[in-house]
Amino acid sequence: MLAIALIAFAVKGALGDPLREIMGEAVPEAERAELRHKLGLDAPWPTQLARYIGHAARGDLGQSYVYKRPTLEVVLAKFPASFELVLAASLIVLLISLPAGIYCAVKPRSLGAKLILGLSVLGISVPVFLTGIILISIFSVWLGLLPAFGRGETVRIGFWETGLLTLDGLKHLVLPAITLSSIMLPLFIRLVRAAMLDQLGTDYVRTARAKGASRLRVWLHHALRNALLPLVALGGLQIGNMLAFTLLTETVFQWPGMGFLFLEAVTRADVPLITTYLVAVGFLFVVTNTLADVVSLWLDPRISLEGRR
Amino acid sequence: MNGEQARTAYASVRAFALDRPGSMIAALLLGAVAFAAFAAPLIAPQNPFDLASYDVLDANVPPLWLTGSDPRFLLGTDSQGRDLLSAILYGTRISLTVGVLAVGIQAAIGVPLGLIGGYVGVRVDSLIARVADVQLSLSTLILAIIALALVRAGLGGETLGRLAVPLLVLVIGIAEWPYFARTARAATLVESAKDHVRAARALGASDAGIVRRHILPNILSPLIVVATTQIAGAIMAEAALSFLGLGLPVTQPSLGTLIRSGYDLIFAGVWWVTVLPGLTLVGVLVAVNVLGDTLRDALDPRLTPR
Repeated sequence: MLAIALIAFAVKGALGDPLREIMGEAVPEAERAELRHKLGLDAPWPTQLARYIGHAARGDLGQSYVYKRPTLEVVLAKFPASFELVLAASLIVLLISLPAGIYCAVKPRSLGAKLILGLSVLGISVPVFLTGIILISIFSVWLGLLPAFGRGETVRIGFWETGLLTLDGLKHLVLPAITLSSIMLPLFIRLVRAAMLDQLGTDYVRTARAKGASRLRVWLHHALRNALLPLVALGGLQIGNMLAFTLLTETVFQWPGMGFLFLEAVTRADVPLITTYLVAVGFLFVVTNTLADVVSLWLDPRISLEGRR
Repeated sequence: MNGEQARTAYASVRAFALDRPGSMIAALLLGAVAFAAFAAPLIAPQNPFDLASYDVLDANVPPLWLTGSDPRFLLGTDSQGRDLLSAILYGTRISLTVGVLAVGIQAAIGVPLGLIGGYVGVRVDSLIARVADVQLSLSTLILAIIALALVRAGLGGETLGRLAVPLLVLVIGIAEWPYFARTARAATLVESAKDHVRAARALGASDAGIVRRHILPNILSPLIVVATTQIAGAIMAEAALSFLGLGLPVTQPSLGTLIRSGYDLIFAGVWWVTVLPGLTLVGVLVAVNVLGDTLRDALDPRLTPR
């Protein structure tokens, strides 16, 4: 986390003059210097860094130049949108990749398995933004069935603005969620298949079959349970990719989430917002990785925290 | 790889390819596309970098098989009146170039590190492995997005546009070296325990000589497999970055840039500006991925389906 904050700050210093963004080019130099002083931008960088970390520790990551509000607030306000998108996509991935992967592992020579694997090569080869564009042109432009951009109607519950409770919000969610899941799906089908194949070849699975356990029970009870472990570990490695793909999906569908906000901040050179996004992403990263570790701990009691390298 | 090994590897790849018509088609398709792309200046009807060669009055002409088309433009034109076929040819050339160069950098960083890690031993090895792990867990695409976003925010869109090709190559190249390092390391570990390496050492060969003459040639096949998949990944990464406006500028369009520039037009029913470069991209990626799968299955006996 600290490392990320440091990088974010280093970047902040190296980036262009934010004053140009706030005031425009036509402002006299004296006025410029005054504002620079007011914002503390004329202090030497160690002072600025110390100030930044000090503020950050108190939850103050600076003001957005564009929104004129605390950046943390701006980023957090966008979090529910991204979260709901990722949640919906993950559900689709889970519900399809587990059965499909298991099927491909237990019936490797069947036509269905070859079809699924063939499709998954295709799926991996279609970039996520293209999937989005194709879906939009078919379902929004051509058939006019589903909305192409935005989040639709949302309901506010406390600070959480959700699109899951209105029909309009759900309709808006369909295409982005399918798009986002389309890129993770082939990957997870392959992961599930490989993990299951590994397990099906082991002695204890064959023993279980030999002692008369039914096929289904062996697949689901014996093999799948142990296949889940590498799955969680490898799935955890995909979090960074997921973030990037979410960013792309949000751009295509103009989904008002964190990634969309980030790109907007980039085009406007809103440096505090950029750094805050990076810190938030770093934080999410740490949280999700820890979660993946905890889950694998729970799945396999043999793993101890010290034993892990 | 000495002559005989090379022949064996070639033979097994060929046997595999003949067994799978899909991979033959993929290879032919890829070869044709690559040839057309690199011959673009010779065969393209128009030069999309030359502002004088196109006219805004020709904007948004549909492809030849739709009504309202113009025989001069086989695949139609984009919103600036550029011939789409020429743009796609030039775009593919840039995409392929960036992809191949980026993978070159990955290999140039990853392979030596992997060789060192696998050959020298535990201390250095675990250090390299740790760095690789951290970098992999961060994901290339997000790293590249952040890096390029910062360049863009710092130097402005125009500077980014001018530096786009070397920057993209560098960013994608640096971000993905761990794949090469891991593969090279694993293969080196296996190889350096073999008798011919021990024999060479007993004969007094230097470490550098052993690595260069006895290990590197024998670990080439897994590296080639990695390179294939990595090229697909690099092309896709470039397209994604260009689509986000963080890659190549509109004046120097890659496939991703073309897709982006057509994206706003699909609502107006002008779908071809997005879809045709998109199909080209998908075609290239599918072909590379299929070839990668074939190579892997052919060169890695472990993964042969039972």
